Amino acid sequence: MINTQDVLETIGMIREENLDIRTITMGISLWDCVSEDTDRLCQRIYDKITSKAKHLVRTGEEIEKMYGIPIVNKRVSVTPVSLIGGTATPEGYLKIAHTLQRAANELGINFIGGFSALVQKGMTEGARNMISIIPEALTETQNVCSSVNVASTKAGINMDAIALMGSTIKRAAYLTRDNNSIACAKLVVFANVPEDNPFMAGAFCGIGEPEAAINVGVSGPGVVASAIRRAGDCNLSELADVIKKTAFKITRVGQLVANEAAKRLDTPFGIVDLSLAPTPAIGDSVAHILEGMGLESCGAHGTTAALAMLNDAVKKGGVMASSHVGGLSGAFIPVSEDAGMIAAAEKGALTLEKLEAMTAVCSVGLDMIAIPGDTPEEVIDGIIADEIAIGVVNTKTTAVRLIPAYGKKAGDSVEFGGLLGYAPVMELNTYSPAKFIRRGGRIPAPIHSLKN
Amino acid sequence: MKAVITVTGKDTVGIIADVATHCAKYDANILDITQSVLGEYFAMIMLADISKLNIEFASFVDILSALGNEKNLVIHTMHEDIFNTMHHI
Repeated sequence: MINTQDVLETIGMIREENLDIRTITMGISLWDCVSEDTDRLCQRIYDKITSKAKHLVRTGEEIEKMYGIPIVNKRVSVTPVSLIGGTATPEGYLKIAHTLQRAANELGINFIGGFSALVQKGMTEGARNMISIIPEALTETQNVCSSVNVASTKAGINMDAIALMGSTIKRAAYLTRDNNSIACAKLVVFANVPEDNPFMAGAFCGIGEPEAAINVGVSGPGVVASAIRRAGDCNLSELADVIKKTAFKITRVGQLVANEAAKRLDTPFGIVDLSLAPTPAIGDSVAHILEGMGLESCGAHGTTAALAMLNDAVKKGGVMASSHVGGLSGAFIPVSEDAGMIAAAEKGALTLEKLEAMTAVCSVGLDMIAIPGDTPEEVIDGIIADEIAIGVVNTKTTAVRLIPAYGKKAGDSVEFGGLLGYAPVMELNTYSPAKFIRRGGRIPAPIHSLKN
Repeated sequence: MKAVITVTGKDTVGIIADVATHCAKYDANILDITQSVLGEYFAMIMLADISKLNIEFASFVDILSALGNEKNLVIHTMHEDIFNTMHHI
């Protein structure tokens, strides 16, 4: 007989502590769709995505029912469009974005990622054409997500690309000014981008990936927070152990769902992303975990240390629970998507500078942060450059997803709705980095010796 | 293939009989039952073999859930693998 305590614990995690599978994302390679003719390319893309992922949503729903655990999102990621677009003009790339949207509509998925470019060392004409049309693509579609990798530890930082991103983000914000600049929530700028990430907006199917693969992202900040609460006044060694054990259990469910999805969809299992992904729901917050560890508020001094320990323990517990780990793996700290982060930012406890420090020790980076709409594009470039430098020097993924909310100023708030939540507009240091940014060129790859 | 059926709610006459009747109707063979009553509160965990189930498992889940709603109980029906995977290495 199954142990009664185990049954009650599992059901409690799901029903009361918001344990869920955040996403089943099918990565689909589009290499074989390549064509000189954009219309033919689009038709092949549509046909391939809608045939490979035909049963994705239904399968997700069946597994949800079978194990009694919510699978919140079913998504698709594709080969970076700039790599398969070839000679397409900006209008051609826009047509591809619309094709991705049509495929998403047909499948009933809620996001499709891969309107992406890899420009860490330099930019092809194709990548330049694609990036130039990102604002229009994200404005005219609803579920297409875009990402641009502007740096890597091996290649250094492409400052010319970063200089393009500030204006791209601003234009995306302007074009969706009647809808809280929502296009910016679908665009992320990366350093060391992972190629098997199931989470949006940065998911795409990397160049070394198979025809198709099932990647699963787990969640469960509420479960970790409850476990910490139950642990009481133990010391940090004991607390790390509690987090590890909890992460193990969460990830095992992710692996179970990934195996079942891979089997039913006859598609190889790719990875489980060991993530603590918050939602704006009460009891599903990473900030509240940090506060449960003993901080008066997220953002207080000590936050970086607490987050470092949390992130490390999640990975240690999760790695043993899964056969293949990948993606972004770690705690996410998106401001608008986390009730505790929102509260901390609103009361001034959490600043952009503290968030930047936190990103040095956890997954991803400056995520879903609303900034004043009149922020100069060079300042946005500067924020990106700083964040990307942290990733490049520390050999980790970092990313920036900023929303310069059109017409809003510091202290206002922006409502995105659903999983994207709402965000207080944060105050910025607006001293200009313009001259530094305009120098252009590349910041050389960092040395990996003489570590100090 | 086995399913774990959990039933919680205010204690009334015939809860086990109701669930067992539904199991029999759809050919779910009950293997084990653990049940307790704390004050007015009833909690039962039932293990059932569902390999000969005569309807889709998803429909069986919905039917038991609807029974729960009708009787003012909460009934979860889940494949046993989620518990085995989470709690056993």
